[in-house]
Amino acid sequence: MNEFQIKKSDIEYDAIIVGSGAGGGMAGYVLANAGQKVLMLEAGAYFDPRLDAQQLKWPWESPRRGAGTVRPFGDFDAAYGGWELEGEPYTQKNNSDFAWFRSRMLGGRTNHWGRISLRMGPHDFKCKDGLTDDWPITYADIKPFYDKVDRLIGIYGTVEGIENEPDGIFMAPPKPRLNELFIKKAAQKTGVKVIPGRGSVLTEALPGNKDRAPCFYCGQCGRSCKVYGDFSSSSCLVIPAIKTGNLTVITNAMVREVLTGKDGHATGVSYVDKIDLQEHQVRAKVVILGASACESARLLLNSKSVAHPNGLANSSNVVGRYLHDSTGASLRGFLPQLMDRKRYNEDGVGSVHIYSPWWLDNKKLDFPRGYHIEYGGGMGMPGYGFGWGIENMNGKVPGKDGKMKEAGGYGAALKDDYRRFFGSSIGMAGRGTAIAKASNYCEIDPGVVDKYGIPVLRFNYKWANEEIKQAKHMQETFQEMFHAMGGIVTSAIHGPENNYGLEAPGKIIHEVGTVRMGDDPKKSALNKWCQAHDCKNLFVVDAAPFVQQGDKNATWTILALSMRTAEYILSQKKKLNIS
Amino acid sequence: MNRRESLKAIGLTAISTAVLLEACKPGAATKEETAGTVKDAAQPGREAFEIERDKNLHATQFFTEHELATITVLADMIIPADTKSGSASEAKVPDFIEFIVKDIPRYQTPMRGGLKWLDLQCLNRYQKNFREASPAQQTEMADDIAYPDKVKPGMQQGVAFFSLMRDLTASGFFTTEMGIKDLGYLGNVPNKWAGVPADVLQQYGMEDV
Repeated sequence: MNEFQIKKSDIEYDAIIVGSGAGGGMAGYVLANAGQKVLMLEAGAYFDPRLDAQQLKWPWESPRRGAGTVRPFGDFDAAYGGWELEGEPYTQKNNSDFAWFRSRMLGGRTNHWGRISLRMGPHDFKCKDGLTDDWPITYADIKPFYDKVDRLIGIYGTVEGIENEPDGIFMAPPKPRLNELFIKKAAQKTGVKVIPGRGSVLTEALPGNKDRAPCFYCGQCGRSCKVYGDFSSSSCLVIPAIKTGNLTVITNAMVREVLTGKDGHATGVSYVDKIDLQEHQVRAKVVILGASACESARLLLNSKSVAHPNGLANSSNVVGRYLHDSTGASLRGFLPQLMDRKRYNEDGVGSVHIYSPWWLDNKKLDFPRGYHIEYGGGMGMPGYGFGWGIENMNGKVPGKDGKMKEAGGYGAALKDDYRRFFGSSIGMAGRGTAIAKASNYCEIDPGVVDKYGIPVLRFNYKWANEEIKQAKHMQETFQEMFHAMGGIVTSAIHGPENNYGLEAPGKIIHEVGTVRMGDDPKKSALNKWCQAHDCKNLFVVDAAPFVQQGDKNATWTILALSMRTAEYILSQKKKLNIS
Repeated sequence: MNRRESLKAIGLTAISTAVLLEACKPGAATKEETAGTVKDAAQPGREAFEIERDKNLHATQFFTEHELATITVLADMIIPADTKSGSASEAKVPDFIEFIVKDIPRYQTPMRGGLKWLDLQCLNRYQKNFREASPAQQTEMADDIAYPDKVKPGMQQGVAFFSLMRDLTASGFFTTEMGIKDLGYLGNVPNKWAGVPADVLQQYGMEDV
């Protein structure tokens, strides 16, 4: 008896959106508010920060005290999933070590992200060094959308007038913490630029928005916010879009492929319900992919048909190629001046209070492009890992009696050391531009499927000298900064043996570029509206369309691009062969 | 603090009550919720497999009674009671260590083997295992493995074990209510961050930075 059946829906939606993160959420928000009937398919569970955030929990409310055993960023972190998902493998080629972070949940990774909201600058879209391909759009093209995103979602920062670090429409930034004042002072000595942070956290009421309340300074944005005080796609885009009555969300819907008709146009998608494993087909006039850069590439490559034998939107053969993640390297240490600090509530916001935009001239350097620096520290809530490695600290500074102590130890004196060091540590992390290359890619592994029978991705990725030299420069800068503050470095000083601490690709979770835009259909999959050259009613709205990422975190650009694409879809509706 | 209490705490600040009232309303989620999330109702925001995993970890026992008793002695040597707060065992640190080695299995062999190493050392030295050795003998033993920079040959394995034991004890202690009070951490409550207090700015000469 054959019970295998595919359920086909009779409804034809105006649009189907795959994925509910920053890109999918924004497209859904714009289209639903314009009266379009939209179906959103999310591969994970429903998640509403108001109900589901672990915000304000104490460490003892977790048996592992917030350790990252199950969730890589800790038990209270909002992101479901992580680098590995049960039954959903990915593979590597040529000894690659690409790490792919997936959050299957409403809002995706925007529920836990750092809320660091930077615009890419004019030279990120049109490069000055000729090293990488230009975007088919300029900063001027996208600026109005950045502006609208700023107003719609809310962002703090300061107007600085830095050419390639464009200003936005800012709320007041949070004031620096004490350790951040030390960093600012050290930066004056070292010539590193430090400016107030730029984050999507409401430091003021958002005009015209009654659903979101301003930040109450618990510093826990990573857990997502019960009062919607920061940006998550779930709280700020998808849930409001559902309220219009025009957006239907189906959760636990793992999309298998994009369906196309004989004429090559997209007709809908097929998906498997992860709970009952029922197969479904749903139809729409427009299909929009916002499944994440790598997942959208996977979907296109798995959508082969007579009209699209090389995978959908892939006659150029670029889908999966030009994959790039930000570079990342870090250093940790402590400031002896901050020992025995006076206690006060220093939680602040959960995004950065200060940061360093790229400040140097590449003509004087041996690597192209640059990086920004994010700083950490303060009297934060203790969690799993508190006090770890005290033997690397307490032998390096005199005790209260002025005498040096033997590192390590135990007993009352050690117990007091933990108190003394509380709030004295400082972290620095660089996030830099990786060069997009055709030779760094993801492709379909011909021999492996996931538990739903969907062929999985295989990664091929190598860091080049450009990125390694950048990491070396980060390490040198961080050490200079520590030296200028009189700080003591406690983390390992990395050298050439491990690429100066350059993180494995994918670890910074800014992966982009796999379905890139361009004017030339032979060299790009999408046109300047993120519309497939080969399939006019197919769009991609996550980070896959990025031609070349700057050192800026991807989210604000995803939001602006997605809004721009959604508005384009509305304006072009009649021309899209929509019956 | 449970969810209702935490929301009540948020309510004490100047946040719009409409938002809060809605936040407290059950069932504000949409119809699209599926079976997977309904099962999670008892623990919002956690996946079913996580809840199941914790349940299974709690249902098993890793350490023997003797091992746990030894851990208790060591934990209290590392963090004893003083005028400010109680001891590691008063903060139930041994229970935390029992859980965490099940949660992070890579600690199991270093902990079990380290405890055995310690007992063997003490048997050779004092003809008693660590737990039954006199306080003076326990101190003598600990002094040989608590200071990584002046470790004697043959004691390195003991140093590695003691360092792990010290880390787990510190993490276990300072993440309890007792430990956090001791540290003086004052956050995790709704507030208005207005920058470093004036007296602190003055203390560090940071008024103009």
